[in-house]
Amino acid sequence: MPIFEPGADPGSNFPELLRRVGLAADWSGAAAGHLDAPHATTCVALRYADGVVMAGDRRATSGNLISHRAMDKVVQADSHSGVAIAGTAGPAMEMIRLFQLQLEHYEKVEGSALSLEGKANQLSAMVRGNLPAAMQGLVVVPLFAGYDLLRSVGRLFAYDVTGGRYEEREYVATGSGSLHASTVIKVGFRGGLARDEAIALAARSLWEAADADSATGGPDALRGIYPTVATVSEAGWEPVADDELATVFAAIADEFRSRA
Amino acid sequence: MNIPFYVAPEQVMKDRADYARKGVARGRGLVAIRFADGIAIVAENPSETLRKVSEIYDRIAFAGVGRYNEYDQLRVAGIRAADLKGFQYSRDDVDARTLANQFAQILGNIFTHEMKPMEVEILIAEVGADPARDQMFHITFDGTVIDQRDTAVIGGDADPVAERLGAGWSEGMDLAAAVRLGVSALAGDRQLAVGELEVAQLARGNGRRCFRRLDDTAVAEILA
Repeated sequence: MPIFEPGADPGSNFPELLRRVGLAADWSGAAAGHLDAPHATTCVALRYADGVVMAGDRRATSGNLISHRAMDKVVQADSHSGVAIAGTAGPAMEMIRLFQLQLEHYEKVEGSALSLEGKANQLSAMVRGNLPAAMQGLVVVPLFAGYDLLRSVGRLFAYDVTGGRYEEREYVATGSGSLHASTVIKVGFRGGLARDEAIALAARSLWEAADADSATGGPDALRGIYPTVATVSEAGWEPVADDELATVFAAIADEFRSRA
Repeated sequence: MNIPFYVAPEQVMKDRADYARKGVARGRGLVAIRFADGIAIVAENPSETLRKVSEIYDRIAFAGVGRYNEYDQLRVAGIRAADLKGFQYSRDDVDARTLANQFAQILGNIFTHEMKPMEVEILIAEVGADPARDQMFHITFDGTVIDQRDTAVIGGDADPVAERLGAGWSEGMDLAAAVRLGVSALAGDRQLAVGELEVAQLARGNGRRCFRRLDDTAVAEILA
């Protein structure tokens, strides 16, 4: 059981605890070069009247092959926030796992949860910590979104490879299809969207991204695999059910057909 | 050269045990009660911020009595051990028995090797997927582990409290009945105000994280 001297105590910092006990991942020895590790792609987040909507497709690719059809790239970080990732799937999944654990660890040790800003900064430090791996091609670029209980508002954060943290006011997208997805949201966005409108807009953005980017997966009605969509409001993290998404995407498909 | 006086090991241990026992007895006690949907923990604690009962892991709670800084150090060590194990293996692999043994090692080691034993008693409770797998471990200042089934009392004036608990406990109680029993067992012929109580539960089937605190309003409603 880990007990430390007062001066050497890692406090509520779980990644530091992992380093102290020798369990932290170390990518520094990895040789530079091309790796065919699976990659995850388009994720978006936008603000609506009650908070934020997060959405991401489910496809992971290795080069020109589809390696996974049902990967969850948008996941709950804690009760009032979520994180979405684009980039190399292995380190990204590990980063999310560690991030979730860190939030919970902090909450348990300190007896109260981190502020939303504190969570965003924590993720920033983790992305920055991944920089040596990113230099070798194992890039991870997350999005972070959540409901700020102190300010009663939904907030969005984008990151770059160096751990740079940028707060966005309206919407944000990451991954290979993000150019198309963010254009769709940019055109359809207005302040104070209702929940259903925001979900439809996020779904539409992923649809268009999948339509133009081979590494982004569209809704797969045959297998019943739909993008991951969730809302975060004062009530907390709420995933949108597949039934509801099926209806949303069916409406988009109908609209598409009607154009022909 | 000064030759230290010989002190018999029995005497050393007895002195340390007396010292620790006195330290623990100064504080107020707490009780844990198994009920139909989980485990309720009721503590006498006038502080709203310095907690005696807290969450260790998904299904595991920690409760301590005695010196706050000492059991709080154990609490943090427990959270660390649990989170590390869950990270390294799986969340399913974290269990109360292992934690209880680790706590016992620490307390036992400090009791025999350090000048001053820890003046604490702790309780590790785990709520199982079904009532048969609920577990409670009571660990004393010298590292003794006591496996408890339906109810547990640590600290305070333990024997009469345990007697009152044993008399009032029955299988299949609900949360409200368990909390009322806990409060009356702790109180005896005193009256305990809501502000002097800290109440929490490990609720079975309440999602991944089973630990919930009951705030003053909820406790007042139950006791009304």
